[in-house]
Amino acid sequence: MNADYLSSLIAVVVLGLIAYAGVAMAGLNGFFGVFVPYLALVLFVIGFTRRVLGWAGSAVPFRIPTTCGQEKSLPWIKQAKIDNPSTKTGVVLRMFFEVLLFRSLFRNTRATLNENGRLSYKWVLWLWAFALMFHYCFLLVVLRHLRFFTEPVPGFVKMLEGVDGMLQIGLPVMRISGVLLLVAATLLLLRRILLPKVRYISRPADYFPLFLIIGIAGTGIFMRYFTKVDVVKIKELTMGLATFHPAMVQDGIGALFYSHLFLVSILLAYIPNSKLMHMGGVFLSPTRNLANNSRAVRHINPWNHPVKVHTYEEYEDDFREKMIEAGLPVEKE
Amino acid sequence: MNDKGMIIAGLIIFFTIFTFPIWYNHGAAAPPPEPELSQKAKAAKTCVEDTAYMRTEHMHLLNQWRNTAVRDGLREYTGKDGKTYEVSLSNTCLDCHSNKEQFCDRCHNYASVTPYCWDCHTYPKEKM
Repeated sequence: MNADYLSSLIAVVVLGLIAYAGVAMAGLNGFFGVFVPYLALVLFVIGFTRRVLGWAGSAVPFRIPTTCGQEKSLPWIKQAKIDNPSTKTGVVLRMFFEVLLFRSLFRNTRATLNENGRLSYKWVLWLWAFALMFHYCFLLVVLRHLRFFTEPVPGFVKMLEGVDGMLQIGLPVMRISGVLLLVAATLLLLRRILLPKVRYISRPADYFPLFLIIGIAGTGIFMRYFTKVDVVKIKELTMGLATFHPAMVQDGIGALFYSHLFLVSILLAYIPNSKLMHMGGVFLSPTRNLANNSRAVRHINPWNHPVKVHTYEEYEDDFREKMIEAGLPVEKE
Repeated sequence: MNDKGMIIAGLIIFFTIFTFPIWYNHGAAAPPPEPELSQKAKAAKTCVEDTAYMRTEHMHLLNQWRNTAVRDGLREYTGKDGKTYEVSLSNTCLDCHSNKEQFCDRCHNYASVTPYCWDCHTYPKEKM
């Protein structure tokens, strides 16, 4: 047992219970169904903008890309054009692979001592695989939720639903992405809890978002397949939210839905204040989005103070006669 | 490096995509659907189970019916009130709910649900 993940787990459970009890016992439907989601949205938009503008204002005077391959050198030496880009095209390709395929996680290695006591590094792909699975399933789940926020539901959402439910297991049909999201988040959590080296560097800020997402996926799956909720009434509420005509649906929606919505609201408000800001930060990492052309182009620090210099020529002009008198050599007679 | 223009452009693109539901609906929520009961369904007053149960669990029940009828050959269902019904989509469900467009489709379209009942079954001609 570890206080770091236990406290995060308890926090998520308590948050879920607060919303559940608030609706089931105190009847705070309007608070948890309308006020909290809007508050979360405002906090998300303001917080996200502030974080990104803060980064935009930060100084990046020099090129600091991480060089993961041979840099551009003499013509017969082969350059790693994506891992050590020297042009804008190279940078765009590098960012493309980083953002969409998590190329830097693909290079993950694990250091171990082998039987002879020698340090060895092993190429380990688990983190990359779980991360890909997690992020793309989450994306699919979010896109599928557009069915609650649009009327008529756009064709691409229906297409995604069709592909996602193609196994036709049970009714309502099982959505593959939802189940895989829960599996992937659990695997990422187990990675942090079970691997001693990863556990050593894991803090509540790492566990909390994982438990939160597990909680969101869990309540969602529970609502869809086990304790059913009235989907039409939920859409009435969510459509009201999306169109700024909040509809007060007083009853008929299970309290579990409000737990789900509350955890999503917490997640939304939490994003700008946490490591989850990597969704914006990945585009702005100077170690990834700069071309390594320091040897080809001179980068001058833009805020260098203009230094007043007094050259030797000027010095000689000032003191020429005295220097000649003293017998010192001068350049100009 | 001064990429402020590009960063702000990126931020605007992100928020444009993020607010898709807000501008897609033009700020007006379509009214929630009201499934219409056929005369026969109105007269029957109650379905095989009570309305609240049917509203949220009908798909689950239909799935059970499909399994018991097609796989186990059991064609009898006893509701919570003790009445017995024939397990059949065409003969029992659609006997009352003969108006697919006004009954099934309204909520299904609203919630973007595409049931695969009609992959095998044909639905009766619309009549009210």
